[in-house]
Amino acid sequence: MKYGSLVLANLLRKKFRLVLTIGSFAVALFLFAFLGVVRDAFGRGADVAGADRLVIINRTSIINPIPLSYREKILRIPGVKVITHNNWFGGVYKDEKNFFPQFVIDPENQRQVFPEFSVPDDQWNKFVQDREGAIVGARTMERFGWKVGDRIPIKTTLYGGGSWEFNIDGVYHGKRAQDDETQFWFQWDYFEERIPDRVKGNIGWYVLRVDNPDESPRIAKAIDAEFANSPYETKTETESAFAAGWVKQFGNIQFLIVTIGSVVFFTLLLVTGNTMAISVRERTSELAVLKAIGFSDRRVALFILGESLVIALVGGLLGLLLATLAIPVLANALNGMLPNLILSPALLGFGLLTALVVGIVSGILPGIGAMRMRVVNALRRV
Amino acid sequence: MVKVDGSGKSSLIQVRDLDKTYRRGEEDIEVLHGLNLDVEKGEFVAFMGPSGSGKTTLLNLLGGLDVPTRGSITVAGDEITHLSAGKLTEWRARHVGFIFQIYNLIPVLNAFKNVELPLLLTNLSKAERRQHVETALAVVGLSDRMYHFPRQLSGGQEQRVAIARAIVADPTFLLCDEPTGDLDRKRADEIMNLMEELVSKHHKTILMVTHDPLVAARAHTTLHLDKGYLVEGQKDPQTTLAGGM
Repeated sequence: MKYGSLVLANLLRKKFRLVLTIGSFAVALFLFAFLGVVRDAFGRGADVAGADRLVIINRTSIINPIPLSYREKILRIPGVKVITHNNWFGGVYKDEKNFFPQFVIDPENQRQVFPEFSVPDDQWNKFVQDREGAIVGARTMERFGWKVGDRIPIKTTLYGGGSWEFNIDGVYHGKRAQDDETQFWFQWDYFEERIPDRVKGNIGWYVLRVDNPDESPRIAKAIDAEFANSPYETKTETESAFAAGWVKQFGNIQFLIVTIGSVVFFTLLLVTGNTMAISVRERTSELAVLKAIGFSDRRVALFILGESLVIALVGGLLGLLLATLAIPVLANALNGMLPNLILSPALLGFGLLTALVVGIVSGILPGIGAMRMRVVNALRRV
Repeated sequence: MVKVDGSGKSSLIQVRDLDKTYRRGEEDIEVLHGLNLDVEKGEFVAFMGPSGSGKTTLLNLLGGLDVPTRGSITVAGDEITHLSAGKLTEWRARHVGFIFQIYNLIPVLNAFKNVELPLLLTNLSKAERRQHVETALAVVGLSDRMYHFPRQLSGGQEQRVAIARAIVADPTFLLCDEPTGDLDRKRADEIMNLMEELVSKHHKTILMVTHDPLVAARAHTTLHLDKGYLVEGQKDPQTTLAGGM
């Protein structure tokens, strides 16, 4: 590293410019990481989906109900192992801004269908016996400062509206980092008891597990065929296809995020490339002197590339550090409007790689310019 | 002994039938014509001449910064005229020390680091490099300014640092392009004293371009370039072309 001090000295020659360039790198990488996290969050449904799970909704749309009576018919279809049903509650805690997803669940089968969510047995048993009981995800418990044993009100504008009271009997945790820990589950019986008669006996969707995931297409087809031409036709698909379809409702999020990310990338490329080009132009004579005293064209180009890479690396690491610190704060500030925002090691690695690519690309052209510069011409210009 | 008739046999620097032509647009500009030169080790040669006479072009060719249109340059037995750009760069690092009019120090490096630059291209250890740099700075009388940056030095001191940088790797010869052109008379004299010392005490070979007759007079030999030809030096009574001093 005998050339390190030369690269460092050159970088530090215009400290204000260096700070601005590194700063623009850091902000861009932060934005890049944040966009990546949002993109991942929207796509996570498909990632965390069980390979052996199918989701059945009303063929018209998910907001249309399906009869609970379908349950036994579905269970009779060969290959179906276990089935549960859910409903969307759509309530808030005290205030509109305190939104989080609440689901009506079937306590008998919930844990068998969703084994990735763990609840201590004693808490689960208490919940099963408590008609007004609820199991709450760890993140939501933390967000509102709830404790097991608390009685909390949830307001809803659906199902006749009003405030529903629940006893928190337990907390669930996801077994994987990406598992959603914001949900609120409560008993089907309590729900049925309070909703208007006209909607009783209907559920929002079924989720089932199959014996063999390879059989999923056949089973899905069989279920839909079973209810074809009925008033409540069904649409059955794998959980990952269902999650992907759900995200599509928000528009082409992937395209939007990739477009913004690309703009950030190219802006960064132009900013850094311009900075490096100015930096090389400013010291034409110095580079000429280095070449005169025996530094090869390649070595001079590598100095320029080295400077560009250091800027990219420092700026990139700062941006990713900022993202690591800020994303949990932003996730809380968004109040559960987005699914789990997780800055994964893969995303950090990709961010760093992107920074290095920008560093290399933005250093290449000025480096080649320095390489091609003729010493005699450069010295004559001095 | 400096010769310009091509009769030298084993001199350190041999230039034979050197032509240099530049192309500017559609026009060919002949800068040097059939130039011959022999310089022995330990000589101190000054080149004088009006602007555009080809002094700097000759220096660039001798230093391997440019290639001739025709002819050859041989230094210490190595003909450099047909070397590739990469080989020429390596050759420069080993054989040539450059001293420029405006010093051309790297402003963000202190004197020590500036002088150390040519040694970074060698296999010397850090301790060995330090020893060489300290010696070079001692030779130019700047041991006490080792960690000063160029902006903290006077013009004369900057040029001394540049001289230390030129000699630190012990090159075969030094090329100086108007080394006192940016200095007042007193500082110019000091620099010339130092250069004389490099020749007399350290047996360096120096080829220098200057406009200043008083500076040229300090060299062993003064050669005049006029319109691309080396003109015999009777203009300066102290100079004998064939006989050096």
